[in-house]
Amino acid sequence: MLYGKNGPKEDLVVRGARVLDPVQRIDARIDVRIDAGVITQIGERVERNGHRVIEADGLVLAPAFVDPHVHLRTPGREDEEDIASGTRAAAAGGYCAILAMPNTDPVVDSAAVLGSLVERAQADAEVPVGFLAAITMGQGGGQLTEMVELAEAGAAGFSDDGKPVVAPGLMRRALQYNEVAGRRIALHCEEPTLSRGGHMHEGTVSAELGFGGYPSIAESLMVSRDLAIAAYEGQPLHLLHLSARESVDALRLAQAEGVRATGEVTPHHLCLTDEALRSLDPNLKMNPPLRAETDRRALVDALRDGAIAAVATDHAPHARHEKDVPFEAAPFGVTGLETAFSALYTRLVEPGILPLATLLERMSAGPARIYGIEPPRIAAGAPANLVLLDLEATWQVAEASFRSKSVNSWLLGQTLRGQVRATMADGRLAYAA
Amino acid sequence: MADVRPFIREELLPPERPPRRHLISVADLTRDDVARLLHVARSFARTLEREVKKLPTLKGRTVVNLFFESSTRTSSSFELAAKRLSADVMSIKAAGSAVDKGESLKDTALTLAAYDPDVIVIRHAEIGAPQLVARYTGAHVVNAGDGKHQHPTQALLDLYTIDEEFGGVEGLHVAIVGDVLHSRVARSNIQAFLLMGAKVTLVGPPPLIPRGIEAMGCEVSYDIGAIRDADVVYVLRMQRERMLEGENYVPSLREYAERWGVTRERLRPGQKVMHPGPMNRGVEIDASVADAPDALIERQVRSGLVTRMAVLYDLLTHEPVETEVAAIQEVA
Repeated sequence: MLYGKNGPKEDLVVRGARVLDPVQRIDARIDVRIDAGVITQIGERVERNGHRVIEADGLVLAPAFVDPHVHLRTPGREDEEDIASGTRAAAAGGYCAILAMPNTDPVVDSAAVLGSLVERAQADAEVPVGFLAAITMGQGGGQLTEMVELAEAGAAGFSDDGKPVVAPGLMRRALQYNEVAGRRIALHCEEPTLSRGGHMHEGTVSAELGFGGYPSIAESLMVSRDLAIAAYEGQPLHLLHLSARESVDALRLAQAEGVRATGEVTPHHLCLTDEALRSLDPNLKMNPPLRAETDRRALVDALRDGAIAAVATDHAPHARHEKDVPFEAAPFGVTGLETAFSALYTRLVEPGILPLATLLERMSAGPARIYGIEPPRIAAGAPANLVLLDLEATWQVAEASFRSKSVNSWLLGQTLRGQVRATMADGRLAYAA
Repeated sequence: MADVRPFIREELLPPERPPRRHLISVADLTRDDVARLLHVARSFARTLEREVKKLPTLKGRTVVNLFFESSTRTSSSFELAAKRLSADVMSIKAAGSAVDKGESLKDTALTLAAYDPDVIVIRHAEIGAPQLVARYTGAHVVNAGDGKHQHPTQALLDLYTIDEEFGGVEGLHVAIVGDVLHSRVARSNIQAFLLMGAKVTLVGPPPLIPRGIEAMGCEVSYDIGAIRDADVVYVLRMQRERMLEGENYVPSLREYAERWGVTRERLRPGQKVMHPGPMNRGVEIDASVADAPDALIERQVRSGLVTRMAVLYDLLTHEPVETEVAAIQEVA
């Protein structure tokens, strides 16, 4: 389900780091030894065995991150991102695995397209990639894809991300059929007749600026509908990039009633509100849009208590010339792979809003479990999926600092705290600063 | 490359540029700014009563009018305003320009920047276009309307018109009637009227009043009867060209006109009526109201000229207008 380069596995000792694994309940200054890419020993004064030693005094060693929502723009828009550049960006952001959305050109709706991506990932991917396949052919909302064949060909899940599954009858069929395909269905919830013409959240700011509004109910109505269908069919589902308080309420309610529903939230929805759009910066334009402060707080609360299990970047690269236009003409989407941890550490952990251990869990084991991926962990016998973090470092986000081919980041020019120093993905050293 | 500066006589060097200012939103203005601009506009109005109306004030300056949306009033008054101040004017309309060939706004801006214009006046269908032009040129940018966002010189000319009629704006009650949702004029004017101390009530059918707009500090009523309390009834155009097909903002124009059209019966005698134009007679405004003596609509157009002269003047000079005008009087 995850595909990446095969390469030399590391023999390594990480010495003196604060090892922090919220799932294994480890938080101690200990050493970790890795033999041929597998963690073999954790403890005080681990034998070097002739391995290379990384002196990590003052750094944090944690399970590496898993991003459940990335746009690699391949095939079709390799000028914006490709598998090599996107996975280099992921490694620099501390990720050991990412999931790519199928809204490419052509759409990933056949085993042939999926197969070619798997091949490319095995040649180019610095960190393992899973590919979601579309729910409907061409994401057109009309005809189901051959979900069982796609699952057998390696699809990590199913999604029409970027578009909702508009017809409730078709949504129901997809959930029914997925009983056999056995992957997670992930939904972009948007009622198009309510979001039509919308460029930002409908509220006091859109009223003043004159933008067509994209109201919260355009999302929450669809969230409620999809949860109702999932409850009726007894099937699990995953809700992509939640933005509205009402959606979070609906998710909590469904979870309390036993629906196997999960949710994810992006760094930008956790950090920003629609007030930021007064700058008319096209790098603040995304779908779903930034909403009000009450929405942002509901999202942070849900991430903290686990109702929302995962942070997802929704990394959406766009060519410079496509974003260098008036706000209204700009496409939706911002990048995020290389800034997610630092942004959330700076905005939520340092001010004491979110515990560090919770953030680490929601960026790693949380998203992994949703898609049935083995959660990265620091334990003897586990493959080395590790991130080394410097929480004291400050750095400025600049265009030149990105490995991604695109620079449409909402954080350009900002100073962040906390920096990724190294990433190990499946036993390979994928990134080292 | 060698530095050539020492060989150029001091007086031949270009004067140091003052900090660049723009007029993109009414939110950029303070009460003092507005008072100053209206004062300058009044001074220009007096000079326009003379036989020779041209002033040498902006001689040698270049003003580019860049209009991506159709306009009669705004483009002609900006052009005439610049000419009356002796600036060189270049007016570019999207039709027939490189825009037709798919050129991006950024490239159009960079092309124009090569001519080093002092002011670029821009009208564009998309919110954020003036900011983009400001980013890629060295010119002062004046927003002549960007999508549904802002039209600040319309707000200034409306303040000027009301000020002339009532001797001030403070304490007046203005009702803005109609299609607020699609109106940049409404947004600029709400801010401008409130800034100058007027009370503002929005009146129209609920789908055309944006949710949350009360936060700007105005009141909202869905009852056309609410206009009777106002000193000024400001009628907005039904902007059919901005409405999305099939959205049903109102069931029909007939029902709109019947429920929210401004007719003589719905007005008190002596209430002043304004409209930014162009009018849909028989829809948002009855013809008899538009042509009545209490309508200030023609005066608004006249105010547009002196107000836009004042805006260009204010962006490009630092002399108090009295000095300028006195000097001009002497020459005349």
